Amino acid sequence: MIAHAIFFYVFSVIAVVSAIMVTVSKNTVHSVFFLILDFISISCLFIMIGAEFLGMIMLIVYVGAVAVLFLFVVMMLNVAQQKNQWFVSKDSSGHIPIGLLISVIIFFELIIVIGGWKYKPDLLNSAKSTIETEISNTHSLGQILYTDYIHVFQISGMILLIAMIGAIVLTFRQREGVKKQSYLKQISRERVEGVEVLEVASNKGVKIDD
Amino acid sequence: MIDIGLGHYLTLGAVIFSIGIIGIFLNRKNIIVILMSIELILLAVNINLVSFSIYLGDLSGQVFTLFILTVAAAEAAIGLAIIVVYFRNSGTIRVEEIDKLKG
Repeated sequence: MIAHAIFFYVFSVIAVVSAIMVTVSKNTVHSVFFLILDFISISCLFIMIGAEFLGMIMLIVYVGAVAVLFLFVVMMLNVAQQKNQWFVSKDSSGHIPIGLLISVIIFFELIIVIGGWKYKPDLLNSAKSTIETEISNTHSLGQILYTDYIHVFQISGMILLIAMIGAIVLTFRQREGVKKQSYLKQISRERVEGVEVLEVASNKGVKIDD
Repeated sequence: MIDIGLGHYLTLGAVIFSIGIIGIFLNRKNIIVILMSIELILLAVNINLVSFSIYLGDLSGQVFTLFILTVAAAEAAIGLAIIVVYFRNSGTIRVEEIDKLKG
């Protein structure tokens, strides 16, 4: 019980502090780092409280996809080169210490929670979890997700599809002057278009339009 | 203090939710931080749903958390695409300079 309390306070303090740092930090790259730390702390809390599947999905979806997408956009827009420079990128090595700090904290959190969850499951689990523990969390979640909530599940798949199409349509642009090979044009070329037989008058030559 | 219950998790959710709201209002830098604050708010909602689901013994909360995760991922993708297009057209994503609508 006391271990549960200690770990709860550690993770929630890390989560709250990193949430504050997301909003107040001057550098957008640092904000994304702290967002990742926040997500990982909260997913550790989820694993502690007994929702293992959601904790792992949070790690995969938020940290692996969403936060990396944020980081990618921040890097791609190159906010440092805007007119009023609010984040100076003279020394790009300024990212390294704070990124190192955050990754070390994330590493120890994962070691603590996943190691404890694997080897001493009764240490971290909350004592009054009322959901039956005979089958695993993932198993029971799948049992109701694919039966009672199957329609909502499929609609969420449609939402993801629409979001993907929307993002592609928004950012797609046709560039001018890019040479591309057109297979259809190449194989549908007829002999009459490519070859022309001319009567050449002697001593005069021909003039070919191009 | 020692006995961690539902209230502790709800308090954590409330704190993170308010930090997200404050982040939206106080932000004067760029729009990406506002999107991150929205992600924080959705995270707080997820904490509430999961803790209620665990302490009330009903799995529906975790199912809804999965759907919120889906919607959050879709929202982040679309929002970032809009930001990229806006940056391409106007060359800035500072909050103060985005005033085309004169709001």
